[in-house]
Amino acid sequence: MPAPAVTIAGPTGETLLAATGLRKLYPLAHAAAPWRRRGQRPLLHAVDGVSFAIGRGETVGLVGESGCGKSTLARLVARLIDPTDGSIRFDGAEIGAVPAPRFGRSKQRAAIQMVFQDATDSLNPRFTAFRAIADPLIRLRNLSGSALRARVEEAARLTGLPLELLSRFPHQLSGGQKARVGIARAIAVEPRLLVLDEPTSALDVSVQIVILKLLQELKQRLDLSYLFVSHDLGVVRLLCDRVLVMYLGRIVESGPAAQVFAAPAHPYTQALLSAIPRPGARRSRIALEGEPRSPIDPDPTICRLYGRCARATDLCRSVAPPLRRVAAGHHAACHHAACHHAACHHAVDATETTQAAPRPLAVGS
Amino acid sequence: MSQPAPGDDCRHPLLRVEDLRVDFHTRSGTVRALDGIGFELQRGEIMALVGESGSGKSVTAYAIMGILDAAARITSGRIQFGGRDLLTVGEKAMRSIRGRELAIIFQNPRTALNPIRPVGRQIADILLQHGGVTAAQAPRRAVDMLAKVRIPDPERRAAAYPFELSGGMCQRVMIAMALACEPALLIADEPSTGLDITTQAVIMDLVVELVASHNMATLLITHDLALAAEYCSRIAVMHAGHLVELAPTPLLFTMPRHPYTAKLIAAMPGEAGRLDMLAAIPGALPDLRRPDLPACRYAERCERAAADCREAPLLRLTSADGRQIACRHPL
Repeated sequence: MPAPAVTIAGPTGETLLAATGLRKLYPLAHAAAPWRRRGQRPLLHAVDGVSFAIGRGETVGLVGESGCGKSTLARLVARLIDPTDGSIRFDGAEIGAVPAPRFGRSKQRAAIQMVFQDATDSLNPRFTAFRAIADPLIRLRNLSGSALRARVEEAARLTGLPLELLSRFPHQLSGGQKARVGIARAIAVEPRLLVLDEPTSALDVSVQIVILKLLQELKQRLDLSYLFVSHDLGVVRLLCDRVLVMYLGRIVESGPAAQVFAAPAHPYTQALLSAIPRPGARRSRIALEGEPRSPIDPDPTICRLYGRCARATDLCRSVAPPLRRVAAGHHAACHHAACHHAACHHAVDATETTQAAPRPLAVGS
Repeated sequence: MSQPAPGDDCRHPLLRVEDLRVDFHTRSGTVRALDGIGFELQRGEIMALVGESGSGKSVTAYAIMGILDAAARITSGRIQFGGRDLLTVGEKAMRSIRGRELAIIFQNPRTALNPIRPVGRQIADILLQHGGVTAAQAPRRAVDMLAKVRIPDPERRAAAYPFELSGGMCQRVMIAMALACEPALLIADEPSTGLDITTQAVIMDLVVELVASHNMATLLITHDLALAAEYCSRIAVMHAGHLVELAPTPLLFTMPRHPYTAKLIAAMPGEAGRLDMLAAIPGALPDLRRPDLPACRYAERCERAAADCREAPLLRLTSADGRQIACRHPL
């Protein structure tokens, strides 16, 4: 089991959640055909050996493109689905082994809550805003009557949702108001960790900023920690203390947000950042050629970016690079990461390897 | 063909939209979706139409293409394209202009493509309709088009159905279809929304390259001001059915004059160092069904608004540097 790359940058330095060697593999259905029943079913490696930690009061951004496994990882952390392998420790207790349906009834359910991507799709169209916010309180807190009303109204006030809107149905609310209902529903049960899956991707820029500011304010006020999943790098840069960059089921880079954005070490992160539209970006664009490798039974000895990476060498084809330290609290899974990082004079120390994957045969020099 | 190719005369713009007004008649009232839109587009130019959802940017595009919803009424205006007014040529003529001289790339390529027809056949259909090729040549030309938008292994992909291709590949097919007949004007309606950021960059770079090599004009419709800034020489900002400002890109960013443009630029996440440096835009788009809409539809959200903004008719100015603004109290 690989050791976790625990680098906490939270204000208290206290670990709230630690995931170690987390994997989620989905067996593919077509293999169940009778003539294929013999032998192993192909497995889709959605999340493949991911270790990270979230500190108390910290906002960790999780970025990557569609299909990289970031939503699966978010759902694993929120304990909506069960990991195939690995451990999730929350506040000192192991929660990864508790089956999801049982976790739904456990005490910790209220402590980890999720805000879903599109409020239009994630709110029950037949529930009023009041009922949507009240639902988790009824299920997890057993509240009713005036106590329930008071708690729902408090959650609405905290998220800036006017109380007169509580009797409305989702289709009678604007995008920003629906986003507020989704957040109010999540914070009503007083969670400690919020998993936010692209909470602003369906909103216009003007509304997006209001919601992001609301999230930042709530974090301070309610002593929350965030796992913020997004493909919008501009938003992640502004909101997050630390970022995890995922590619094909693996974390390829992690580190303080300011540092990763200023000096990305992994070629994939570099390509991702160079693709952010801005005037003149085309000249400095690092293009990723071709299509991503298949996530179905990937070869464990080949770097996941191999075939799209301009820096690839024979080493990348024979040894999948583990996450290695490139600077304090900053890790990248690339054999050639150190060469083009700001701290170029310092050779990578092999003892600083943070994932116990096969030792690199040679460090690019 | 006796008619001169559109835009041959370089003194005249390829596309000139004048005072375009579009209403939608709905059960809950008349939505005044576009109110006096006007702009020009030259051959070889890429211009952006930027705005929040509901600002009327797609309605403008659909009006030019002549594919507005049945509930829409064009109550005034002209759309001059290569010497003809697209609003008066009639549906039969429009049908031959669309696809051959005017093409559009839609936002979601998966829903825009026919799901039960191989993509190569869909491109061949367009070529047979407008491209003057024989049935024997069409499949070969379709493969050439797929190669042109850099789809690897185009022979094999031509036989693929849309569901067998990734989102980025489907968008390349859409581009191949749009460019098959080398149109004079390409309308790209959020061509990269919903695609991953690295794919978005590749697709946009491809569109710009092809547009430049064919000297086509492009109208890029997007909600992303940063994307518009990267690719377009001019940007038109829309708000609630008004074109509030149109200016060359560098000028728009260094010196926005409409208060809404300034707010939009201040709300761009890429520009700020910290979240608290970003300012939200107060209020929301007004309900366009309201009979008492103020003359300037931004007046209710605007810090600079005075009584004349609401009452006196909207003032549209064109300055010497080619900038258009619709504001009585510009910055």
